[in-house]
Amino acid sequence: MIHIRKVYKSFGEVNALSEVSLDIQDGELFVLIGPDGAGKTTLFRMLVTLLVPDYGSIEVNGLDVVENFRQLRTKMGYMPGTFSLYPDLTVEENLEFYASIFGTTIRKNYDLIRDIYKHIEPFKKRPAGKLSGGMKQKLALSCALIHRPEVLVLDEPTTGVDAASRKEFWIMLKKIQQEGMTIIASTAYMDEAVRGDRSGFLHQGKLLMADTPGKIREEYPYPMYSCRSENNYALLQAIRAESSTATALLFGKTIHYSPVKEDFPVEELMSGLEATGKYGRITCEKTKPELEDSFSYLSKGIERSETQSGMTE
Amino acid sequence: MRRFLAFAKKEFRHIMRDPRTLLILFGIPVIQIIIFGYVVTNEIKHVPIVIIDRSHDETTRLITDRILASPYFETVTNTNTGKNIHQWFKKGNVRLTVVFDRQFGKKLIKSGVAQVQVIADGSDPNAARLMVGYLSGILAQAQQEINKQYGMVNPVGIESRMEFNPELKGAFMFVPGTIALIMMLISAMMTSISIAREKEMGTMEAMLVSPLHPLQIVLGKVVPYVAIAFLDAVIILALGQVIFGVPVKGNLVLLLGEVILYIILSLSLGIMISTMSPTQMVAMFISLFVLMMPTILLSGFIFPIENMPEALQWLSLVMPPRWFIIIIKAIMLKGAGLMFVWKETLVLIAMTFAFLLISIKRFTIRLE
Repeated sequence: MIHIRKVYKSFGEVNALSEVSLDIQDGELFVLIGPDGAGKTTLFRMLVTLLVPDYGSIEVNGLDVVENFRQLRTKMGYMPGTFSLYPDLTVEENLEFYASIFGTTIRKNYDLIRDIYKHIEPFKKRPAGKLSGGMKQKLALSCALIHRPEVLVLDEPTTGVDAASRKEFWIMLKKIQQEGMTIIASTAYMDEAVRGDRSGFLHQGKLLMADTPGKIREEYPYPMYSCRSENNYALLQAIRAESSTATALLFGKTIHYSPVKEDFPVEELMSGLEATGKYGRITCEKTKPELEDSFSYLSKGIERSETQSGMTE
Repeated sequence: MRRFLAFAKKEFRHIMRDPRTLLILFGIPVIQIIIFGYVVTNEIKHVPIVIIDRSHDETTRLITDRILASPYFETVTNTNTGKNIHQWFKKGNVRLTVVFDRQFGKKLIKSGVAQVQVIADGSDPNAARLMVGYLSGILAQAQQEINKQYGMVNPVGIESRMEFNPELKGAFMFVPGTIALIMMLISAMMTSISIAREKEMGTMEAMLVSPLHPLQIVLGKVVPYVAIAFLDAVIILALGQVIFGVPVKGNLVLLLGEVILYIILSLSLGIMISTMSPTQMVAMFISLFVLMMPTILLSGFIFPIENMPEALQWLSLVMPPRWFIIIIKAIMLKGAGLMFVWKETLVLIAMTFAFLLISIKRFTIRLE
């Protein structure tokens, strides 16, 4: 179990985290989503005992990250955002080094990393600096796993890695999860939010929501339409200009559009817009909101309330 | 212990795989000792001189022979007119001129007094003083010989002897100084940079989350440099002896012991610097300007401490190399034992503890 209780952290004038509370169950794969600068790395560094919260407390498997940091450091696997490999050491030497500082050997825990390591094993005599992004990522994960930690903390493991390797990476994490390990990974890619058992959305140092992808979708308060046209960008502007529109977002090749009211006549609006001839044929169909829609709605809510309170002051 | 060995092994690999580090560790000591030994020397050798002999007799020939027999001078010309002296000096192909008066020998034998004029190129005052000094010495010796030959009484003869360094070789000063400088460079600069590099690459972050104790991290980083710095000290001592004839008169074990003490001192200084520097650039900057310059300028390596303004003399007291240079000069050149250098040794030990204490206090177990 990981208990994060009302944690605050600031660096000088900057509030990196404010009142973050979160529980993560044993054996869970938790994904923390948030844009750059949301405070993901700060939260993770506190989890792995590298930073001390200003207020609040964090417990990992019954151990306090401040009081019992030394005991905790044997039980954590941590993959920093920089991958922290030695570029001049070979693949094998990197792994060997991380195994030895945790007092173990590659052979002892080879079964745990076999599925990941076998992809890079053919290159084990190559310096880590000469690996591709995807291979570096696999090696860094192997290094973080080599001492069979109870909790695995991965700071943006998929950043700077190609799409295929990213997909493969989440499948590997699912497999590791089968070993009973608790895994927490952060990402700035919204589409990776569905990869975990639960996802949390961190925005400007505040945890806006933490739940299963299904629940997060249910929280979305508006109807959702997916619309296509021949000039999506212009159509987006037009839809946003309507006072009946709650949100409208470009989503791949479609526009995710939500009117404020459930019974709003979408067909009428679209045929009116189609008649102007600016957008070609427009088709809209009812759909379910994606996580990204929910997060966007949540973060806009925060910004709205902030500007309002700013105006009243 | 196994963890520590694994760490040291990794550190050796870093060193062996980086050609630039290797060059700094093994190239610079050798190059520096050779440069200091040969180039930055204040001895004079093979100075081109002109002898203007207006007398051409037995005595002037004897004196001329004696001058040219020394390794310090060699003639450009031997002439009897001094017309072009200024021209030669301006061109720089003559740096010293000796002029014998007319009837030099006759005057000397008759009245016991004869004039020799020595003109030196004073644009380099130190060299000029040395050249004239060497020449006066040769003249005085020649005079004694001549006096003996003609059965005359010698006036007061000065017989000077330079204790510990009879030939006044510059290498006697530069070899100890270079050891002090190189040990500082390798130990303090290289370790502080290598620790700062781990911080910069983010590997320090991963390492801190391991069960390694900070002391293990630091010791693991430092031990390979102790070995290398020690090897360098031995290389410098050997080169000093083989090429420049700088002896080790004292106990070699004592000398090497003091070298190890100084290496540990420099390393603790390097660790202290690394706790203050977030990046390699900062570590390098501090090492170069806070360590290297004072080592060269304030330690008595090149400039005598007695000649410094009083404030700088006080400042030199906190320079570790100052004490180390006193110690190794005493052991190497004077053959002194621990009895003579225990005070300086204690100063070095105290400094080591101070730096280590500050480093341990400052070494963070976290990221802030």
